[in-house]
Amino acid sequence: MTEHTQADTLASPTRTREKLLSVRDLKVYFDIFPKGAMPWTKPRKLKAVNGVSFDLYEGETLGVVGESGCGKSTLARAVIRMLPVEGGEVVWLGQDLAPLKDKAMRNHRKDIQMIFQDPLASLNPRMTIGQIIAEPLETHYPDLSRAEVKERVAEMMKTVGLLPNQINRYPHEFSGGQCQRIGIARALVLKPKMIICDEPVSALDVSIQAQVINLLMSLQKKMGLSLIFIAHDLSVVKHISTRIMVLYLGNVMEVADSADIYRQPRHPYTQALISAVPIPDPKIERNKEVILIEGDLPSPINPPSGCVFRTRCPRAEAKCAEQKPELIFAQGTHQVACHFHD
Amino acid sequence: MLTHKKTNVEKLAENLGNEPIAGRSLWRDAMHRFSRNKAAMAGLVVLGLIVLFAAIGPFVAAWHYSDIDWSLMGNAASAGQPSIANGHYFGIDDLGRDLFARTVQGSQISLLVGTIGALIAVVIGTLYGATAGYFGGRVDSIMMRTVDILMSIPYMFFLILLLVMFGRSILLIFIGIGAISWLEMARIVRGQTLSIKNKEYIEAAIASGVRPFKIVLRHVVPNLLGVVIVYATLLVPQMILTESFISFLGLGVQEPQTSWGALINDGAGTMRYGTLWQLMFPLGFFIATLLSFFFVGDGLRDALDPKDR
Ligand SMILES: Nc1ncnc2c1ncn2[C@@H]1O[C@H](COP(=O)(O)OP(=O)(O)O)[C@@H](O)[C@H]1O
Ligand code: SF4
Ligand SMILES: [Mg+2]
Repeated sequence: MTEHTQADTLASPTRTREKLLSVRDLKVYFDIFPKGAMPWTKPRKLKAVNGVSFDLYEGETLGVVGESGCGKSTLARAVIRMLPVEGGEVVWLGQDLAPLKDKAMRNHRKDIQMIFQDPLASLNPRMTIGQIIAEPLETHYPDLSRAEVKERVAEMMKTVGLLPNQINRYPHEFSGGQCQRIGIARALVLKPKMIICDEPVSALDVSIQAQVINLLMSLQKKMGLSLIFIAHDLSVVKHISTRIMVLYLGNVMEVADSADIYRQPRHPYTQALISAVPIPDPKIERNKEVILIEGDLPSPINPPSGCVFRTRCPRAEAKCAEQKPELIFAQGTHQVACHFHD
Repeated sequence: MLTHKKTNVEKLAENLGNEPIAGRSLWRDAMHRFSRNKAAMAGLVVLGLIVLFAAIGPFVAAWHYSDIDWSLMGNAASAGQPSIANGHYFGIDDLGRDLFARTVQGSQISLLVGTIGALIAVVIGTLYGATAGYFGGRVDSIMMRTVDILMSIPYMFFLILLLVMFGRSILLIFIGIGAISWLEMARIVRGQTLSIKNKEYIEAAIASGVRPFKIVLRHVVPNLLGVVIVYATLLVPQMILTESFISFLGLGVQEPQTSWGALINDGAGTMRYGTLWQLMFPLGFFIATLLSFFFVGDGLRDALDPKDR
């Protein structure tokens, strides 16, 4: 609770925009049954998200970065209440969504939409593009006439760069990039306030990635959207993010403005991640020092004591095993969770 | 003239961007693949002919299936061969009844048993399996353990016991066969539902606020249908076989009604008197139907799930 108030009072005074989303100490655990377990054995808890806090303001993009398996998707799904929350708050425009029943949550869904990692898999293969994009409209505005729905769908298709005459085709007739545009159209058709993009470009060719990111950025400007943009490496989120949050094993390591985190990463993990991002200038690229992170990601079922990063941290000391570092404000709005941060 | 042409071209160019292009649905793709499968198409044609035979046979037959031709009774072997002249196109059976009319009647019963058995399996099995799979957890465990227990009952023994206890009746056979046939279907559908449930398009639907019932209807069931259809076509011959087996034991439909199994049983019994046609006609229909269903089912599986092979 103390952490909660601390974070609130310390929120940046320079921001005058409305706070849309405020996540506090969010915990999502999964029950894991060992293989061949008896029905009465107690499950073990997999702490996929273990006390994550962050804020999202109107019109900004929060980049969420972390290795595969660190809990990014779980975080996203918990925020939109697709997974039960173990603890913490998800405050959306002043209302905590975490305890809401499915029915009450459904009213908020038109404001919060999601774009998925696998563009083709996120589209029902038996439905036409038109039906797919129309579904959210028909769900939330059942009184719209057929013609109105069709018009809005066609307009949305144009907005995301699809020809409206493709309306009766099926997902398998499109490329990955086009499928992602369809997914974006479906998410935007309700004119939401926020979109969570769960690795929307990871499954796409590099050449297509830039197109989709640029589309998202231009749509954001046009419609005043807020984005949570998830990626597993820093280079992807660099262009699109206002702020970046680095996750490791279900914990926040560092949160800072995008420029800040690149210029001066303060957490050893972030430093390693940034050193691995290729620099376009070949001279600098050749001479730069890459900090390698050794070892494997520990199991979230049995995370390390104290700081979760200590098993792979080049700076780890005895204190790191005993005491979990809090996410503190290192300077200005730059937050970091490390006993020995820069 | 020139300007006229130009506007036409312009119109065409405009329309190119506006006229919706018809998409190729997965069903259409599947139908196309199916229609190129020769064995499956042949099976479909044969099945069509057999259904036609069962449907219009009674109007073609010169005799009623229960009437005895007194003029031929007793000398089936010498005078009862298939003949156009006396109206016994398939000859007569051991009692002097017209085999053509009886084969028509047997086809009706056998096809009915097959399709109704499969239909019961489709309806109960799909609903049961989809419910268990979609809701998961404890509901799923209880429902599927129940299926396991029902499956472990030696059902042929059970069915025979029922028939002996309550007497032979076509209704009992329907109930008995239908009650058992859905178990395997429920398992298959549940497995399929489990994998569909975790698809991202289901998540996308939940995320945009679609109600659970609508999700099952619009997203789960249409994606289940392929498996259900394939399995149902393979179930029909299984049901026909089961009924035939029961009839072969002499516990099937009641005289004077008949079925392929009963006719084959009769034919096999009188084979040594030289009345081979009494076996061959029903057996021919029986085998042709089973093979056709298997070919069609196989063709549907290939057509609906091309990744499988
Ligand atoms: N439904 C689930 N049941 C059990 N464990 C899960 C489930 N979903 C995710 N996990 C586990 O939670 C952790 C975080 O997963 P996820 O959020 O998908 O990571 P990311 O998206 O960052 O790759 C992983 O260890 C994963 O195995
Ligand atoms: S707290 Fe210790 S182990 Fe964790 S990142 Fe900082 S130095 Fe490394
Ligand atoms: Mg993920």
